[in-house]
Amino acid sequence: MNLFASYLKNFLKFKGLLIQLVSRDIKVKYKRSILGLFWSLLSPLLLMIVLSLVFSELFKFDIENYAAYLICGQILFTFFSEATSLAMTSIVTSGQLVKKVYIPKYIFPLSKVMYSFVNLGFSLIALVLVFIFSDIHMKINALFGIFSLIYLFIFCLGLGLILSSLSVFFRDIMHLYSVLITAWMYITPIFYPIDIIPQKYILIIYSNPLFYFITYFRETVLYGNLPNLELNSICLSISFTAFIIGLFIFYKQQDKFVLHI
Amino acid sequence: MNTQVMVDIENVSIKYNLTSEKISSLKEYLIKVIKNELFYKEFWALKEINLKIYKGEVFGILGLNGAGKSTLLKTIAGVLKPNVGRIRINGSMAPLIELGAGFDPELTARENIFLNGAVLGYSKKQMIEKFDDIVSFSELGEFIDVPIKNFSSGMYARLGFSIATSVNPEILIVDEILSVGDYIFQEKCNEKIKEMIKSGTTVILVSHSIDQIKQLCHRGAILEKGSMACIDEINSLCDYYYSMKN
Repeated sequence: MNLFASYLKNFLKFKGLLIQLVSRDIKVKYKRSILGLFWSLLSPLLLMIVLSLVFSELFKFDIENYAAYLICGQILFTFFSEATSLAMTSIVTSGQLVKKVYIPKYIFPLSKVMYSFVNLGFSLIALVLVFIFSDIHMKINALFGIFSLIYLFIFCLGLGLILSSLSVFFRDIMHLYSVLITAWMYITPIFYPIDIIPQKYILIIYSNPLFYFITYFRETVLYGNLPNLELNSICLSISFTAFIIGLFIFYKQQDKFVLHI
Repeated sequence: MNTQVMVDIENVSIKYNLTSEKISSLKEYLIKVIKNELFYKEFWALKEINLKIYKGEVFGILGLNGAGKSTLLKTIAGVLKPNVGRIRINGSMAPLIELGAGFDPELTARENIFLNGAVLGYSKKQMIEKFDDIVSFSELGEFIDVPIKNFSSGMYARLGFSIATSVNPEILIVDEILSVGDYIFQEKCNEKIKEMIKSGTTVILVSHSIDQIKQLCHRGAILEKGSMACIDEINSLCDYYYSMKN
């Protein structure tokens, strides 16, 4: 328990740094753009328009409110992809700091996931705009959608911790992961309905963690249903499993980082 | 001399794994594993170091290139973790190992003051209190809202030094940084460090300049190939160091 208290004390000491790093990333991102923060709103909207033109016109999926269906999956996947990719490179790109000063190292992946979460917050405004435009009335149950975002956050943090410790030792993980992310996008029902998947491949969808987070989000935010216990427990166990594994790997490896950067 | 131990180094050893070629990709690693060519050469950068540094002391560390001085400082600063032994630090610490580590070039000096302060573990409140001191000491004046990528290296170092020394730390670690900036600023840094010494800050100093060490330090140690060659009062230590050279 004493050990835990000392970790907590250390975390509180560097809480300010965490906030500084997140706000630094936001500032730097919009430093030289005229539209500034507005981009966070605009880019998911533009992506949604492109994807919905391609898929609703070309493939003619039979989904009610396709634009809304699409943007629900899309902003969650964008968050996932951004958070994990940035967390993966966070230790390597902060090499100067890791080598020169003592900082609890998990701060770096954590700050990247938090930064992406802030971006996700802006994307939610885009989502609301799409809903208004599609004439969908959100129900009060939509508030439960927050839980799916929290589950996803923990999942991304866990995965980010694993990836960031691996990428210190093996830089080519970064290239592999960008390929993996693309593949992962196609096996996630973002722009297609799950019923088009042939029965023999359905297991792939079911073994994809993102499927559950996105389903949770759509069930609550888009359809206004209450999330059932089964979905909650699946999401909870996936996210915490990833988090605990991530924490374990990171904790075991972190003292060696400085020798490999 | 005060007898409160500020830095207690007990039997510390640090090991580096030297691979003949540096492997940094999974592909290379797998190939080496398959071909059974994965050798590690062990290298002990520090061997069984024992050292106690007391409160208010100015402690110099001498040694030739590659003797392990920087490794020792980094270990004290908590950047490296000893493979064997342990280190106890009593008090707040400011490492001046590299000035401005953690600056973001895209941000202005003002923003970097808060970022770098947070890197060193100072709270935002402390930084707001010290903000004016930092600006005046670093002499940046009108450049305070300029992105620091446009700064000269001297301005960079001045800002770094001002931030690190703004919140009076109990332990100050100085690694050869007094060679930055023009001579006027060097003088100013020296003055500032002397002032901190007077107010009771414990200082650990690494330098190649024996004169500087002799002038500032009370006690010191000589490292030789990772081992402690000698710990002594500063004058006899410097004599020993000269005799080593000859």
